[in-house]
Amino acid sequence: MFAALLHWLDERFDWDDLTAPLRHKTVPSHRLSYWYFLGGITLFLFVIQVLTGILLLLYYRPGANEAFESVQYIMTRVRFGWLVRSIHSWSANLMIFTAFAHMFSVLFLKAYRKPRELTWVTGVILLFLVMGFGFSGYLLPWNTLAFFATKVGTEITGQVPVVGKPMMIFLRGGEEVTGATLTRFFGFHVAVLPGLVTVLLLLHVLLVQRLGMSVPPKLEVQWTANPSAKREMRFLPNFLLRELMAWYVALGVLGALAAVFPWNLGVKADPFVSAPAGIKPEWYFLFMFQTLKLIPSKVWFIDGEVLGVLAFGLVGLLWILLPFFESDQPSHMKRWITGLSVFALAYVLGMSVYGYLAK
Amino acid sequence: MAILRNKLRPFSAALVGLAGFVVIAVCLVYGQSSGQTKNSCLDCHSALPDPLGVTQEKFSQDIHAQKGLTCASCHGGDPTSDDPDKAMSKKAGWRGKIDRKQIPELCGSCHSDPAYIRQFNPSLRTDQLGQYRTSVHGKRFAAGDTKVAVCTDCHSVHDLRAPGDLRSTVNPVNVANTCARCHADADYMKGYSIPTDQFAKYSASVHHQALAVRGDLSAPTCSTCHGNHGAAPPGIDKVQNVCSNCHAFQAQMYEKSTHKKAFDAASLPGCVVCHGNHGIAHPTDAYLGTGPEAVCMRCHTPGDKCDQARAGLQSSLSQLDEAIRSSDQVLRVAESSGMEVSEARLGQDQAQDSLTKARVTIHSFRTDLVDQDIQAGLKIAATNLQAGKDAMVERNYRRLGLGISIVAIGIVLAGLRLYIKKIES
Repeated sequence: MFAALLHWLDERFDWDDLTAPLRHKTVPSHRLSYWYFLGGITLFLFVIQVLTGILLLLYYRPGANEAFESVQYIMTRVRFGWLVRSIHSWSANLMIFTAFAHMFSVLFLKAYRKPRELTWVTGVILLFLVMGFGFSGYLLPWNTLAFFATKVGTEITGQVPVVGKPMMIFLRGGEEVTGATLTRFFGFHVAVLPGLVTVLLLLHVLLVQRLGMSVPPKLEVQWTANPSAKREMRFLPNFLLRELMAWYVALGVLGALAAVFPWNLGVKADPFVSAPAGIKPEWYFLFMFQTLKLIPSKVWFIDGEVLGVLAFGLVGLLWILLPFFESDQPSHMKRWITGLSVFALAYVLGMSVYGYLAK
Repeated sequence: MAILRNKLRPFSAALVGLAGFVVIAVCLVYGQSSGQTKNSCLDCHSALPDPLGVTQEKFSQDIHAQKGLTCASCHGGDPTSDDPDKAMSKKAGWRGKIDRKQIPELCGSCHSDPAYIRQFNPSLRTDQLGQYRTSVHGKRFAAGDTKVAVCTDCHSVHDLRAPGDLRSTVNPVNVANTCARCHADADYMKGYSIPTDQFAKYSASVHHQALAVRGDLSAPTCSTCHGNHGAAPPGIDKVQNVCSNCHAFQAQMYEKSTHKKAFDAASLPGCVVCHGNHGIAHPTDAYLGTGPEAVCMRCHTPGDKCDQARAGLQSSLSQLDEAIRSSDQVLRVAESSGMEVSEARLGQDQAQDSLTKARVTIHSFRTDLVDQDIQAGLKIAATNLQAGKDAMVERNYRRLGLGISIVAIGIVLAGLRLYIKKIES
C-alpha cells in the first residue's frame, strides 16, 4: 500500500529525486551527538504550540470583558480544554527552555562558525521572536499577574530614548494597558509573530539541511587527520528515529506536567487595584529584570533604567553578530568568545536564580 | 553717541520691557514682605521654658497659625511691637494667660460664629459650644468644676491640628488615648464615682481592633457612642439607638423581638446585656452555648422552652459552619491539585454570607427565620462540596489518563529503540 503510494507520487513528481538529498544526508556520530536533538525538540514543541494554539482559538475571545471568562470556560467546560491550554502553556515554557539550551549548545560546540553564520543569526532572531511569543501570550488570559507584568514590561520599553515612548504607546494601543493592549497582543501572538517565525524557521531549517551538522573543532581536526576515524549515521531513518524518540520523551514530559500541574488561571485583571507585592516577570525575562533592578537609579548623568535597556539592546545586537567576530584562523578572539559564552550562561543562570529568590 | 543709539534701537522695546519687569518684581517682593504680619511674641516665647515656651516650629503646626491667626488672636496685645512693654500692654488689649474658666467662651467666640468660620472652612460646624453646654463636662464646668475637660484638654493648644491629621489628639485613632488621659487616671477621677477601666476594656475590644489595628476609620471610638462636644453616657434605654447607627440589621431584628419588650420591662440596657459596652468582644456561636462564654443561660433556666430554642439555634449555626468548612477542605485540595474551582470558591463566599446573615437574624430570636438562612447556606455549601468532589474525580481521571499515556509512550520508545538496534546491527 505504502509502496504503491510512493510509486504513484514518483510517477508524477519524481519523488525519488526529490527525497534523494534526505536519503543521502548523513549526521556526524560522536559522544556529543545528543546535543543535535535540541533543535528538533524545539521544532516539535513549536508544532505543538501551533496545533494547541489553533484549538484554543476556537473558544478564546480577545477583549477585556471576555478573555478571562473564555479561558475559564476552556479550563472548566470545554472537553479536554484544560489539557489543551495546559499543554500550550507548558509547551511554550519548555520551547523557550530548549531554544536557550539549543543556542548555548551551538555556542559551546562552536557550530556557529563559518559557513554557518546565517544559521546562527536566524536562530538567535528566532529565540528573540519566541520570547516575544511568550510576552504577548502571557497577557491573553487577562489575569492580574499578566496585566501587571505587561504593564511593567511595556514601561521598560518606554525607557528607550527617543523611540521608547512611541513604541510603548504602539504596544499598548494607548497610554495605559487596556483592552486595546489585549487585542493588539492577540494580533501579535496569532498573526504577526507566527508569520515572521514561519519564514525564519523555514530559512533556519533550510540552512541546517544545506550546510549539514557541525562537528566540534577538536573532532574536526582529528577526523581530518585520520579520515578512517570519522563516524556518521544516515539521517533517514537512523537519526530521524532517534529524534522521534526524543519527541516522544518530550511529549511524555509535557503530558505529565499538564496533568499533574495544570496551568493556573489566576484572578481576573483589575486595572484599579494596586499591583501585587513582589511581582516578577516570567522566568525567561527574570535575568534582565533583576539586572535592571540592580542598576543604580543614576549612573553618572544617565538614568539607570535607560542605561540598562540600551545595554541589553546593544548586547542583543552583538549576540546576533557573534559569528562575525570569529575568524577562520586560530586567534585570541576564539578563546575570548568561549570565555564570553561561559560568562553569559553563568550570568543568565545566576541572575535568574537571584531574581527568583529576591523579594 | 548717535551711532550707539542707532545700534541700540532694535533693542529699545526689549529694554523697556525688562525695566518694567524689574519694577513689577520689586513691587511684588515688597508687597509680599510688607503683607506678612509680624509676630514678635515668638521671639521671646520660643526661648522661654514650659509652660510659657512656644517655639515657631510648634506654633507653625497649629491649624490656627496656618489659617493666618497669631498669638494676639487669643491673647490680645500688639505682636508687631518689639518692645515687650508695648506688646503686652493693657492698652494694646493684652489678656495674658487665658483663665481656664474663660476657655470655652473664648474658643466659642469664633467657633460659634458661622459668618466668621465660613471664611476659613464653610463646612465646619459652629455648634460645639452649644453642645458642650449640654455635655456632662459642660454642665459640671458651669457648676464650677474646673477639673472637667475644656476645649484645650482634648484639642491641645499652640499645636492644635485639624481632626483629619493623624497626629491630632482628636483624630479617630487617637481619641481613646485622649479621653483616657483623664478617664483612665484613677487618682484624677477620684470623687466622680465612675469606673476608670473603660480604656483598658476598650483596648481589648473588637472595635479597637478594627480601628487601631486594621485602620478601619468607620469603627467606633469613645466619641462615636458618647458624642464629642456633647459627651455623655447614652442612657440605658438609648443604647440600641447608639449601636444601631452601625449595626442596623441587628437593631431592626431586636426591635421586633420578644427580648426588646422583656429588657425594656426590666430596664436592661439592650445590646449591652449580651455584648457588654466598652470591652465588646468578637461574638461567637459559643454565646448561644452553655459554656463560660454563654450569654443566654445567664438569664434563662436550663430545660425551658427558650433553652431548647437556644440549643436548636446553636446546632443550626454549627451545622452550616461545619458544612462550609468541609466544602472548603475539599476545594482546597482540588485547588492545590491544579483544578479550576474558582466558581465553587465564589459559591463558598455566598455560603459564608448565609451564615453571617443567620448570625444577624439571631437577634430576632426566631428559629424559623434563622432556619431560612441556614437552609439557604446549606444548599450552597452542598453544591460547592459536590463541585469539589467532582474536581477530585476529574483529577484522578486525568492522572489515570496520564499513566496510560506514559505506558503507551514507553512501549513506543522501546519499540523504536529495538527497531533502531535491528536496522543498525
